[in-house]
Amino acid sequence: MNSLILRTATPLLSGLMLLFSIYVLLRGHNEPGGGFIGGLIGASAFAIYAIAEGLAAARRAIVVPPITIAGTGLLLAALSGVASILFGDAFLTGQWWFPSFAPDMKYASTVVLFDVGVYLVVVGAIAGIAFALEERE
Amino acid sequence: MLAATLAPFVLGVCAPLVRRLLGDSVGWALAVLPAGLTIYFAQFLGPIAAGETLTFSTEWVPAAGIALAFYVDGLSLMFALLISFIGTFIVLYAGAYLKGHADLGRFLMFLLMFMGSMLGLVLSDNVVTLFVFWELTSITSFLLIGFNHDKARSRRAALQALVVTGGGGLALLAGLLLMAQAGGSMNLSTLLADGDVLREHPWYLAMLLLVLAGAFTKSAQVPFHFWLPNAMEAPTPVSAYLHSATMVKAGVYLLARMNPGLGGTEIWQVLLMVFGGATLIAGAILALRNTDLKLMLAQTTVASLGLLVFLIGIGTPLALQAAMAYLFAHSMFKGALFMVAGSVDHGTGTRELHRLSGLGRAMPFTAAAGALAALSMSGLPPFFGFIAKEWVYKGTLGGELPMILTAVAILGNALMFAVAFLVGFKPFFGKPGDTPHTPHEGTLGLWAGALTLAVLGLFFGLFSGFAESLFVGPAAIAVAGTPMLVDLYLWGGFKAPVVASIITVALGALFFWQGRRISDWLARVVDALWGPDKGYDQFMDGVVALARGVTGLLQTGLLRRYMLITFLVLAAAVVLPQLFDSIGVTLQAPPVDLLVWSVALLTLGGGLAVMIIRSRLIAIMSMGVMGLGVAFVFLIFGAPDLAFTQLMVETLSVVILALVIARLPVLGRDQRGPARVLRDGIVAVSIGAAMAALLLTITAAPLDIGLSAYFGERSYTEAFGRNIVNVILVDFRALDTLGEIAVVTIAGVAVLGLLAFRRSDPDASGQELIGQDISGRDPAALDPAVRDEAIRDRETTS
Amino acid sequence: METILAVLVGLLFAISVYLLLSGSLIRLILGVFVLGNATHLLIFVSGRLTRESPPLIESGLKVAEAGIANPLPQALILTAIVISFSLFAFLLVLSYRAYQSLDTIDTDDMRVAEPHAETLPMRGRDV
Repeated sequence: MNSLILRTATPLLSGLMLLFSIYVLLRGHNEPGGGFIGGLIGASAFAIYAIAEGLAAARRAIVVPPITIAGTGLLLAALSGVASILFGDAFLTGQWWFPSFAPDMKYASTVVLFDVGVYLVVVGAIAGIAFALEERE
Repeated sequence: MLAATLAPFVLGVCAPLVRRLLGDSVGWALAVLPAGLTIYFAQFLGPIAAGETLTFSTEWVPAAGIALAFYVDGLSLMFALLISFIGTFIVLYAGAYLKGHADLGRFLMFLLMFMGSMLGLVLSDNVVTLFVFWELTSITSFLLIGFNHDKARSRRAALQALVVTGGGGLALLAGLLLMAQAGGSMNLSTLLADGDVLREHPWYLAMLLLVLAGAFTKSAQVPFHFWLPNAMEAPTPVSAYLHSATMVKAGVYLLARMNPGLGGTEIWQVLLMVFGGATLIAGAILALRNTDLKLMLAQTTVASLGLLVFLIGIGTPLALQAAMAYLFAHSMFKGALFMVAGSVDHGTGTRELHRLSGLGRAMPFTAAAGALAALSMSGLPPFFGFIAKEWVYKGTLGGELPMILTAVAILGNALMFAVAFLVGFKPFFGKPGDTPHTPHEGTLGLWAGALTLAVLGLFFGLFSGFAESLFVGPAAIAVAGTPMLVDLYLWGGFKAPVVASIITVALGALFFWQGRRISDWLARVVDALWGPDKGYDQFMDGVVALARGVTGLLQTGLLRRYMLITFLVLAAAVVLPQLFDSIGVTLQAPPVDLLVWSVALLTLGGGLAVMIIRSRLIAIMSMGVMGLGVAFVFLIFGAPDLAFTQLMVETLSVVILALVIARLPVLGRDQRGPARVLRDGIVAVSIGAAMAALLLTITAAPLDIGLSAYFGERSYTEAFGRNIVNVILVDFRALDTLGEIAVVTIAGVAVLGLLAFRRSDPDASGQELIGQDISGRDPAALDPAVRDEAIRDRETTS
Repeated sequence: METILAVLVGLLFAISVYLLLSGSLIRLILGVFVLGNATHLLIFVSGRLTRESPPLIESGLKVAEAGIANPLPQALILTAIVISFSLFAFLLVLSYRAYQSLDTIDTDDMRVAEPHAETLPMRGRDV
């Protein structure tokens, strides 16, 4: 797309969106947000980047093929559930770690890992779909 | 007992292997099992004769009250012994009869499995187990009748037997379950112990008709008698076993078994006597009409089964004794005669009555077996068949029963008398006839069984005390459900039954003398008539026509037609339950809330625009507007997570839709004519109204917030999260979410796959094939050669 | 309040069904989209409507206050939105590929799987 404004603004905009998506992902446990929303924002960041800068640039920016990201996320989510089996609970029971130096930290848990998995699946799958559709034959 | 029932199945599976190891002597090896079973069952003779009953039970599906329960009384023991004893000789006979046949092992496998099913059927004490074994006999019988599966007639006969008996089996299942429901037990002996509960139950008639449907189809009663003669396509060992002594008697067994529970009522008596009597006469007449030995025997089997049903219908103690005595006698002489017919076929190459005569010299043992069995069948003293026939007349003459019953019995017996002599004597006496092969006696296995069974007919006639105390007596008591005095004897003085016997013999001799003339005359008359066998074909054609009609109506190949039907069913499914629930919906005037009204109108406006607009881009924008409206609804009513997600999804949807739709042709105007607009509009409005009504009903009913409250209480205390929605997603219901992200991943992979397919291999022939319009063409167009030519054509023209 | 939204849901369902029945692939896609939104709203409203109090536990409290919005339907709809989007994308691509292969967007002409010349089933006596 040959819009100068868009091409100038996009790198900054995409970067901000990506950052924001991670923020939304992590705040999701206590305030509105979470893996699904974060993932959608992240996927939009790549979609916009691809529209403005071209598909090749976007593929370089995302480094690995998007569908690989989705697969990794699915694996991560599944593995986060396996952890609880090791502790003797049912599959996917949340496990929490409260380190002595930071007893109030609420991020060291398999639940957050699971949410990260969700995020990666959504980013990967939807960015993958968008890239595939933007590709001209 | 469980092991005894399952052993034939286990050995059956091994039969082909045994055949490979032992070759043609496989029959002798496998016959050891039924012989052993005979001895096993024989040990119960003493206790049962003394009036005991035995039960064996193994849990199967305890939750549903289904147990592998077995029950041994006089009736089941007599059947079990007949099955295993005759089965021993049948296995021997089959080994000799099919010597050298490539599939002998498979045949014996089916035969042994049938034996196990039949044993399970007669010994079952649980209604579900009974049904399972009942169906297993139908299935194994299907396999056996269709053994010569390269012959179209065999296939038709096998399928016909399966359709008729299997259909009856379904009715039986319903009847048995009704009985179990009404009587409060799955246990047959419990149900039958208190028959008045069943007889006085409002469902009695339904149970009775359903059980009778099962019994009548299995035991080939008019009008279901046609499958049995057709089943003669099976190799003779099958006819001798299944179609004389065992499977076809399963229906009789069922009626006898049910007699204490369902029997004794007027409707029971009338139905059994009418159908049994009709079957007796029809079978006997059709037997004289035929000239093929096996077919004649099959038709007399139909007649005999009719007689048994008829006697059970009369239901007096003497009639029940007669039924059991006749059943016992019939199993022996009919099994023997079938084996004789098979041996004659084997030794001469034909079963055609008029070509067979004077075989006695060449086939002495077979001739002896045939003659002895025929004498028993014709009911002449001192054979057991005579006693059975005497008791039949005692049964019909006793009490104040109408004379017509005796007349029916005499006519049927006289016809069978004639057939007995035609089958058992005529082929062996007189001048040697003209047969395809030079007659020769078969090996020991081919005549040993027939001769043994025939001699037993004489033995039990002379020493009727054994039959009375060990078999007929206990069985009759079991059928009646009450103790009775059983006293079988050969000669009881010159009384009415003897007179009836003399009339029978005189009439029978007349029929025998005029056999050929009667047969020819019957052939002219009967063959011209419409019969249920033709009816079966018409019925099957009807079923196929119906299936085609329904398929044509529903499977039109038009996507929108499928959706139309789906939506109509959906609307009905949503609306109908609402009509029957008691939730009253009161429509209150909605409050004047400017925000909600405007958001609702925005959403609706977007939706309507999507429907009306002809420009693709404006349609997509309207879609976005509608999605925005939905996001506002979420935002207003306390769902920020949903609102954000909806916004993101809307944006992305609009983007990808714009990307794809640009490559599709222009939208254009709706092509539907006024009629379709009206019809689709009505369907659409119905669905909409149904959904709105559903939602109003739901919101008018009280809401169970138990689960939501549970999440609210534990979200922070147990899962350390303040955003309850997210905690539900990633913790409480994480397994759901895992499944859902798997779906998202798969959708992504599928999209990539769909798009990559084209790019990597644009000229793949499969692609080209999809590109062609193959609709309306002959399936031959799919032939690879034709297809390749079509592709070449396309390439040259493009 | 529920009444307004119930009527809205009903109208959206009607619009989507009308579009789905049109026989044009593009209208069918639009209909699926409308259907998804209508369904999400249906689930949302059946979980009851609560104005402006999202299902969050206020900091300082340990359990949720009474009167917050029902979280369960929200969780269900959240995943439903994302999944219906993925499937919508799949449907789009499938339609596009179908158009490429069959060269039509009229669903009546898409009959590769069920061509007009059907083979008759066997009759009983032919078996």
